[in-house]
Amino acid sequence: MLVHSRKGKWTLWTLFLVLFVPLFALPLLVIVAASFATNWSGAFPSGPTFENYASATRGESLRALTTSLVTALVASLLALLVGSWAALAAHALSKKGKRLLDTLFMLPVAVPSVVVGLAVLVAFSQPPFLLNGTRWIVILAHAILVTAFAYQSVSAAIVRLDPAYEQAAASLGARPSYVLWRVKLPLLLPSLNAAAGLCFALSMGELSATMMLYPPDWMPLPVRIFTATDRGSLFTGSAVAVVLMGATLLVLLAVSRVRTRASYR
Amino acid sequence: MPPVLGLALVFLYPLVLLVQQSFTPLEGGTSVQPYVDVFADPAFREALGTTVWLAVGATVGCLVLGFVLALVIAFVPFPGAKAVARFVDVFLSFPSFLITLALLFVYGTVGMANGMWTDVTGAASGPFQFLTTPWGVLLAEITYFTPFVMRPLLAAFSQIDTAQIEAASSLGAKAPRIVRQIILPEALPALAAGGSLVLIMCLNEFGIVLFTGAKGVTTLPMLVYSKAILESDWTAACVVAVVNVVISVSLYGLYRVVSRRVGA
Repeated sequence: MLVHSRKGKWTLWTLFLVLFVPLFALPLLVIVAASFATNWSGAFPSGPTFENYASATRGESLRALTTSLVTALVASLLALLVGSWAALAAHALSKKGKRLLDTLFMLPVAVPSVVVGLAVLVAFSQPPFLLNGTRWIVILAHAILVTAFAYQSVSAAIVRLDPAYEQAAASLGARPSYVLWRVKLPLLLPSLNAAAGLCFALSMGELSATMMLYPPDWMPLPVRIFTATDRGSLFTGSAVAVVLMGATLLVLLAVSRVRTRASYR
Repeated sequence: MPPVLGLALVFLYPLVLLVQQSFTPLEGGTSVQPYVDVFADPAFREALGTTVWLAVGATVGCLVLGFVLALVIAFVPFPGAKAVARFVDVFLSFPSFLITLALLFVYGTVGMANGMWTDVTGAASGPFQFLTTPWGVLLAEITYFTPFVMRPLLAAFSQIDTAQIEAASSLGAKAPRIVRQIILPEALPALAAGGSLVLIMCLNEFGIVLFTGAKGVTTLPMLVYSKAILESDWTAACVVAVVNVVISVSLYGLYRVVSRRVGA
């Protein structure tokens, strides 16, 4: 307890509310409110309707939702595979090699994602790799961007792993592959799960690289929100945004349930 | 080492091509002419300036705001403070452009704040017209990135020994002094790490600027996008991209050094 007087506490709490509510809670509430409205010219939205959701869950927007889900799923699986493989490999390396690998895999975080998009576009629009205009270029860019986060969280978990388990298994005659499958990976499962959730959420909301790359027949949700609001249909846009937030939250919730079940084993 | 090869193929190889493209003017050949052209372009200089001051401003704002909010959550807890901390985590998983979208409804020309103003005063239009100026972008960036400062701070605060604070306050130290002499030194590493992370992310931010839709606000990532997609000027886009990468990656190197030194 830093502040003991009742008056001081209440002053601080009021200050906190005054700062916190308009800045953080209001934006989300406003988007939800706007998604049910047809008109917002006064202090509050007017013309309550479900029409925005009807249009947000059919046709182009529905396709955008499935596009986003598929992209995020494939990209996170790829990122998880590559990221945890690299993290496991890095752990076995010498200190210098590990630092090199760390730098290499964390680099996509530092490079602006617009630039990642541009670089991928430049590289895969020319032979020998022609991916421009296909859905794979979007998935590839997402995978590049989220791999860093998978690598980071898995390698943080490996460091905390108790080496006694694998040493015990190895001393009992288990081959390295067996140790990996039956000892290391199960122990890493909670953090793999967390990494999967993180990658999925990031990929669902990725806009910058996607704007550079998306082909007309593979338009993810964030781009859809942008085109809707850019055309002036703000209310449809916010309904799509609520769908995006809801889908992300549902997946995160599902992932965290798996995690708690895994940690009881 | 298949993962390294894979990453090199899909990430490093494109980056190399990007740099190569930036040295290739339309007429072919290799020269530094594209760089000379781009650096002479006033639009580029303006974008560079805007990017840097927006990023620095937003970082300072995030640090101050994040410190105050985290302080209240950690040391003057109220019922529901845990839920607020959870909410901050959830906030991080949402894309940044949602904030700008929300601000359109709050401070936009026909939004909540202006609507209230016109209802109360009867004026034709409200006083809040800053959304399409850099200030709108600044507000959105501060809102979105403050949680990135709050999270490491909350983690650092939970490590502080409360006995120190109790001892100091029983010896008569007032709250501001405790904050300055006990909490701030402990929080400094987390502040440095969080601040430099936010600085990089602000430099690279694209969604917020794109959604603002302001012609007057052009940052480097926005310039890359408009050169490449809207003007199809690949070489210039690559030049701007290389400049942006150099700034961000060198800052990122600094961030790694700082965070390694403080062990955060």
